[in-house]
Amino acid sequence: MSTDTNAADADAAEATRDLTPDVVVVGAGPAGLRAATELARTLSGEVLVLEREREAGGIPRHSDHLGYGIRDLGRFVTGPTYARMLRDKATDAGATILTEAMATDWAGPGELMVTSPEGRLRVAARAVVLASGARERPRAARQIPGDRAHGVLTTGTLQNVVHLKNGTVGKRAVVVGAELVSWSAVLTLRHAGCRTVLMTTTHSQAESYWLFQRPGRLAFKTPVATRTRVTRIIGRPRVQAVEIEDLDTGDRRTVECDTVILTGDWIPDNELARAAGVTLDPRTLGPLVDTALRTDLPGIFAAGNVLHPVDTADIAALDGAAVARHVRSYLDGARPTRDGVRLEVEAPLRWVAPGIVRPGDPAPPRRRLLLWTDEYVRAPRVVLEQGGRVVARRRVLWPAAPGRVFRVPSDLLDRIDARGGTVTVRLDS
Amino acid sequence: MTSAPTGPGAPTYDVVVIGAGIVGSAIARTLAGYRLSVALLDARDDVGEGTSKANTAILHTGFDAKPGSLESRLVHEGYHLLGDYAAATGIPVERVGAILVAWDTEQVGNLPGLQEKAVANGYPHTEIIGAREVYRQLPHIGPGALGGLTVPGESIICTWTTNFALATDAVRRGAALLLGRRCTGVTVAEEATVLHTSAGDVRTRWVVNAAGLGSDVIDQHFGFDRFHVTPRRGELMVFDKQARPLVEKIVLPVPSAVGKGVLISPTVYGNVMLGPTAEDLTDRTDTGTSEAGLEFLLEKGRRLMPQLLQEEVTATYAGLRAATEFSDYVVEVDAEQRYLLAGGIRSTGLSSGMALAEHVRGLLAETGALELTPRDDLPDPPRMPNIGEASLRPYQDAARIADDPAYGRIVCFCERVTAGEIRDTFAGTIPPTTLEGLRRRTRAQNGRCQGFYCGAEVAELFETRAAAVTAEGQAHR
Ligand SMILES: Cc1cc2nc3c(=O)[nH]c(=O)nc-3n(C[C@H](O)[C@H](O)[C@H](O)COP(=O)(O)OP(=O)(O)OC[C@H]3O[C@@H](n4cnc5c(N)ncnc54)[C@H](O)[C@@H]3O)c2cc1C
Ligand SMILES: Cc1cc2nc3c(=O)[nH]c(=O)nc-3n(C[C@H](O)[C@H](O)[C@H](O)COP(=O)(O)OP(=O)(O)OC[C@H]3O[C@@H](n4cnc5c(N)ncnc54)[C@H](O)[C@@H]3O)c2cc1C
Repeated sequence: MSTDTNAADADAAEATRDLTPDVVVVGAGPAGLRAATELARTLSGEVLVLEREREAGGIPRHSDHLGYGIRDLGRFVTGPTYARMLRDKATDAGATILTEAMATDWAGPGELMVTSPEGRLRVAARAVVLASGARERPRAARQIPGDRAHGVLTTGTLQNVVHLKNGTVGKRAVVVGAELVSWSAVLTLRHAGCRTVLMTTTHSQAESYWLFQRPGRLAFKTPVATRTRVTRIIGRPRVQAVEIEDLDTGDRRTVECDTVILTGDWIPDNELARAAGVTLDPRTLGPLVDTALRTDLPGIFAAGNVLHPVDTADIAALDGAAVARHVRSYLDGARPTRDGVRLEVEAPLRWVAPGIVRPGDPAPPRRRLLLWTDEYVRAPRVVLEQGGRVVARRRVLWPAAPGRVFRVPSDLLDRIDARGGTVTVRLDS
Repeated sequence: MTSAPTGPGAPTYDVVVIGAGIVGSAIARTLAGYRLSVALLDARDDVGEGTSKANTAILHTGFDAKPGSLESRLVHEGYHLLGDYAAATGIPVERVGAILVAWDTEQVGNLPGLQEKAVANGYPHTEIIGAREVYRQLPHIGPGALGGLTVPGESIICTWTTNFALATDAVRRGAALLLGRRCTGVTVAEEATVLHTSAGDVRTRWVVNAAGLGSDVIDQHFGFDRFHVTPRRGELMVFDKQARPLVEKIVLPVPSAVGKGVLISPTVYGNVMLGPTAEDLTDRTDTGTSEAGLEFLLEKGRRLMPQLLQEEVTATYAGLRAATEFSDYVVEVDAEQRYLLAGGIRSTGLSSGMALAEHVRGLLAETGALELTPRDDLPDPPRMPNIGEASLRPYQDAARIADDPAYGRIVCFCERVTAGEIRDTFAGTIPPTTLEGLRRRTRAQNGRCQGFYCGAEVAELFETRAAAVTAEGQAHR
């Protein structure tokens, strides 16, 4: 897995310039910017943030609606405003943000190769924070067959087109997915003068009704087809319809539309982590980290949605604040113990983050364990099992719902033996 | 392109080649090497929009062709011609080699016959190997392999760059490129043949039909009814670059009574490909994918290399082979109508294209009706932009970025395509006319995010550049 696929490696290590900051942060989204802000405030050396886009800020840059900054800044602002605030704070704190600078591969342990208009840079820092975020799976990765039609986009592309480029989309959209990000897509479509004629979700009706359909009806009058998947894209050169299937009856029908938005179905941008040889969590596909957000390679940390695909921006930013503390103590010489237990999950849970708990380690960011469920469970009981024994059990008052992170107080972990065997997390109703 | 190809005062070309795929482009390039006025004509707005853009991109040795067939000879010769041409022009090629893996005793039993066939096809370098050696060379294939046949010469190549290089070369040698002209009818007369196209008539003395899926229809315009094209769809899946370390060689199926299997191959872009299917269709434009096709591939893939299916799928696509009722190529000359047909080039035309062009030249020379005087003022072959992973790409090239910062500005992150490369395509001999065309020239948006990050940016760059090209074109008129 760690094999570098780049055959031109020897040449690739040729650099115009060497940089030696104290810490390099890859990605100037909420997680990376907040980490850089905290680090720059307390470190005397340089804190360098690499951002491949023309502007720092990450996804919120083009997510032009309210809903950002609640837990980290105590504000309720739009994505672009939020991005600007985080950017300003990082710069004011003294961090260096290099935009149009993409970390492409590793020149050696902890040494990054970077391409930017200023040249090919070699960045050797004492610590690295990977904050590269997550993306939505596009059509091919979801293996939706049919015509090669224009007009099939992810939310990310949609918002780039509409908010950054003032571009247009069609008039009738089918939105695939009915989770938080899907509603963001509906908002963007509406802004662009495109009506959402249908949202589809594979999840079952009752739960989704409560979560999605009612706000859908009330706010946008958008019908939601539950227990439904898209089986074919129809139309050339532009999409004219989608074929959808009722998962319970197997019945199929076509829905006319000129735009299809594929939402959710996230995957971390894990390329650099994997190329470094960092162990990945096979469930999140992001780097496997402990509660101090350390990967298994010394000096390489990770924060934000690259770890938990995906949570909201404020949570990513607060990861950044936490990782800054842990990086600082690493630079001060603190090293983790080798002991630790692995957290695993049982269906309907899909993943848990962080995935490792070590004795004596600090609590995870915000003292929360993050979980993802594939089924709706109302007020579930969270159960931790170790060595065939239930070691902790807690009823929570909020639901575990598909399409959003299910957060659980991490003091549940106090009951486990951090030198023992694997801990399994499960939900009882 | 000196004068307008249609209308009063339009030239009468010596030869018009219909079809700007690999075959037609290679033929136009070869003929433009003589003192002839040549035009390369295609229905689409870009070259290489047909079968030549969607195949498995293997530079075949021809080891498994039918011995004695025209295809056998031309693939064998084309392999060397294109290999040399790729080195001269910078078309990405990787000499990875292939192994045919046998999964049952019938297939093991077929290996010696395949080896003899390879020798008969002029390829003596195969070797039969046991299961242990198969797993040593292909450690990630699934359990149950019983043996294999190595074909060290099989290589992977960039089919897009091949098509662009040949067409660019043809144009730089003076061939006129007549795009956006679908040939809908033909009038053959004593002094000249008139091709009726969707954008006016084109006059020519000779016509070469290299229209791929449309070649039988053109052939009918010349009064023939000698073959029929059945579009045979091949669906393919491309896996993320992170899968590349799993596959060091091309993994080929052993043909057997049960039918053809699918292959797994690395690509020159650093991905892994699984496919193709084979399914006869009626619609010659249906390059969509099907549920059954993708399921079939996944099922085969699970057996061939279970680990591969753990990786993300970056793209799915389909190509259409121009299959006919004949197993061999159909290449015939009709001196009376000054017409040559190069049809039925179904599944090896990428490899054989340049040899086919030589063969066509020979047939034309034999008629004695077309004087072929070599030119002594030919330009050097073009140097194509490198979009392969095996040699240095602009984003990795410190010296190049220092000279021109545009090569340091990565626009498509997944494929590491820079603003400099996108800009360059518009200054090229054959600039892109669509986003699709830009993709094939640069790889922009071919990666795992399929535009999540860069879709809007690339589209904007394309539109501003394309608008500039159009404006410039109008200013010249
Ligand atoms: C449509 C949509 C709507 C949303 N709505 C809300 C909302 O209302 N409220 C809310 O709180 N959250 C919302 N979110 C979620 C929020 O945007 C994310 O939680 C947040 O952006 C995650 O921050 P991050 O720093 O982990 O990653 P990102 O924001 O994805 O930032 C990662 C950054 O890393 C850069 N990068 C990656 N690799 C490299 C590399 N190799 N070199 C250089 N740079 C690199 C990327 O360019 C990117 O800028 C929404 C998300 C989407 C997609
Ligand atoms: C799935 C698949 C896998 C393959 N794998 C390989 C491989 O690994 N190696 C290999 O060597 N070969 C392979 N092939 C075969 C190879 O791709 C073809 O043999 C080759 O591309 C044929 O080139 P062509 O120029 O004849 O046809 P095309 O590329 O189809 O070009 C024909 C052109 O003619 C034009 N045209 C048609 N009708 C008209 C008209 N009436 N007027 C004007 N223009 C017209 C079309 O627009 C088109 O551009 C594969 C094919 C498929 C489908």
